[in-house]
Amino acid sequence: METRSARRAFWTLLAAGGAVLAVALGAAHYMEVHGHAVTGMNNQVVWGLPHVFAIFLIVAASGALNVASIGSVFGESDYKPHAPLSVLLTVALLAGGLMVLVLDLGRPERLVVAATHYNFRSIFAWNMILYNGLFAICALYLWALLERRLGRFARPVGLAAFAWRVILTTGTGSIFGFLVARQAYASGVIAPLFIALSLAWGLAIFHLAQWGLARLAGREPMDAELHARVRRLLAIFVIAALYFVAVHHLTNLYWAKQVAFERFILVSGAPYPALFWAGYVVLGSLVPLVLLFHPRLSGARATAAASVLVALGALAFLYVFIVGGQAFPLEIFPGYEAASTFGDGRADGYSPSLPEFLLGLGGLAASFLIALAGARALPILAPAKVAIAAPAPAK
Amino acid sequence: MNPVDKRRREFFGQAAAIAGAMIAPGLMLYEYAQAGDGAARPRAPGEPVNSKVRWGMLIDTTKCAPGCRDCVDACNRENGLPGTTRATDSQWIRKVDLKDLKTGKAVSLPVLCQHCAEPPCVDVCPTGASFKREDGIVLVDRHTCIGCRYCMMACPYKARSFVHENTTGQSPDVPRGKGCVESCTLCVHKVDKGGTPSCVEACAAAGHQAIVFGDLNDPSSEISKRVRAAATTQLRADLRTDNGVRYQGL
Amino acid sequence: MTAAGFLRAILAATLLLAGSGAGLVASAAGPAVDAARSGPCVEDPAVMRRSHMDFLKHDRDDTVRRGIRGIKHSLSACVDCHASKADGRVLGSEKHFCQGCHTYAAVKVDCFDCHASTARPSATAAAAAPGRTR
Repeated sequence: METRSARRAFWTLLAAGGAVLAVALGAAHYMEVHGHAVTGMNNQVVWGLPHVFAIFLIVAASGALNVASIGSVFGESDYKPHAPLSVLLTVALLAGGLMVLVLDLGRPERLVVAATHYNFRSIFAWNMILYNGLFAICALYLWALLERRLGRFARPVGLAAFAWRVILTTGTGSIFGFLVARQAYASGVIAPLFIALSLAWGLAIFHLAQWGLARLAGREPMDAELHARVRRLLAIFVIAALYFVAVHHLTNLYWAKQVAFERFILVSGAPYPALFWAGYVVLGSLVPLVLLFHPRLSGARATAAASVLVALGALAFLYVFIVGGQAFPLEIFPGYEAASTFGDGRADGYSPSLPEFLLGLGGLAASFLIALAGARALPILAPAKVAIAAPAPAK
Repeated sequence: MNPVDKRRREFFGQAAAIAGAMIAPGLMLYEYAQAGDGAARPRAPGEPVNSKVRWGMLIDTTKCAPGCRDCVDACNRENGLPGTTRATDSQWIRKVDLKDLKTGKAVSLPVLCQHCAEPPCVDVCPTGASFKREDGIVLVDRHTCIGCRYCMMACPYKARSFVHENTTGQSPDVPRGKGCVESCTLCVHKVDKGGTPSCVEACAAAGHQAIVFGDLNDPSSEISKRVRAAATTQLRADLRTDNGVRYQGL
Repeated sequence: MTAAGFLRAILAATLLLAGSGAGLVASAAGPAVDAARSGPCVEDPAVMRRSHMDFLKHDRDDTVRRGIRGIKHSLSACVDCHASKADGRVLGSEKHFCQGCHTYAAVKVDCFDCHASTARPSATAAAAAPGRTR
């Protein structure tokens, strides 16, 4: 039975999320009427803050499925009660990310063109199919998880979802990996890097949602033993992501033609080195690892704090990866110093404007609203007996 | 938009989506027949472009004067571009000044869409709005461009611009508008009528004669003879995009 | 919206559009536009009213993708012929050809987001001569 205060908290959160979303839609409308001139994006940095948020949400969406996959695909039955939330989060994050991506288009009203004209050589076009497919698979998955009579389909559908999301994140990474001409991208390691990032980011979001929804319902988030396992898993994923990031940069450092770019991103090209080292490496990876591994900090709150840091580190990483990667000038004339009116040979600045930041926030708000409303409308939280079976340990 | 209009649009959108899903696989199978070799004859009115022609440009950097912007100005005039150079303004052709890092040798040259035979912008475009004509001219079909800017990410030459603001004063021959990506069209509206791109004309009018325009597939064309006689380079030749624009003296 | 509601809406929209189309042909209270030229259009006016968008869409692909110039249904030819005598435009007020009719029919016209809505100077100069050779 829901308490009065829980109900009030729910509606307050819903209203707050709705307000952020409304402001974001207003910002998107403003951008559409005035054109992208009112954003910080330009002909050098063509993808900016909206894409940082959108790619974060889309990559995290794939990783949010972790818990469900562990239950359905790898047969860890302890995880199964948490599978519905996991799948719901995937849907919510994907929808929020796609919303931002679509509203940032130069001609968002032509979405129907994107749905009817496919260039099958384009990884972007494939991704549209992959994203829509994931929605469909997740809907079936959720149905199979929640409807007792369809329980036997949960495993095959879960398997399909697992395969699909690995392909999907490979596709998302390949949007960048296939950019043969750019020093910052053009690498096969970006696809597995994105998969490692998705595992970490998605699980962090899962932890946060689990924690927040349980608090809203006034109960313990998760069985203590399971919680400890999922904590360790998050730490392992954070380390895996760091490993791929290191491999990507070390490979570049070994190539003479890439050294200038690496120096820009890692040392000299402010603000990107600070965001990379302080934002992604220290605050987004090392501090969370301390929080997750420290024996004295085993409570849900420490996990939630680590998860928030992982998510913030993710935004810092993507800012460096997407914006920093474009700010470095394209090398069209190796061996020459170049100058022109069009930014040749010069690292161009990018200062995001308020509307594009609000649009990005709107993606988070949309995901938040879908998750919140979904968790209320559907029996998403693990059955209460899990909480009863595990009396609260030290918080 | 009134509600009736909106509903009607939604309906057609959905109908088109279904039709598209059914037709798309068939279109994949459609391939253009490759034409044979030999010199091109002028196209009859109503005859589509064909791959017997490959339009190209040869830019002789030794004749290109530093500080001269005649080709850039001509392009802006012809195509109704504002000609301003803020980071959000379109520049279809730009002058780049180079200095050899070892020897200090200075070179000045115009950079524009290289009209690749294997254009990365065409590969990545999700809707097929970025396309290559049979005669090698790479264009954006603004009717199907959704403004995602992925082609700008993919272009090795930074040849593309995004229209960041509302446009006014378009030429009747060169439509352009906010929210779409654009780039050098090789003055396709003139070439289709037997003309020459404006930048080439302006360079010749200034007495530099640094740009030769012509059919790379026609062995008797001036550009073919020049490309045969002198060493030319393609920008980012390592990418094997087989550019229609070649440079001399680089 | 339910499926039945959606179908009802489609039906209502179709009837409404058919009604407005019929009104356009029959009623004298249609849009009063100021078009520069007299003489025949490239198709019968009734056909043009109903199908000009399809002609334009078909021929635009021929021009953009296949490089066929001087086509029969070219938007710039529409503009050259139908521009206002006063200012050489097809947009601006409800007296202008494109805007007048599109406002009357309540259909958004987005051609001129990109295309020039002003006639070529040569076309305006020759406005006295009836008909077109193209």
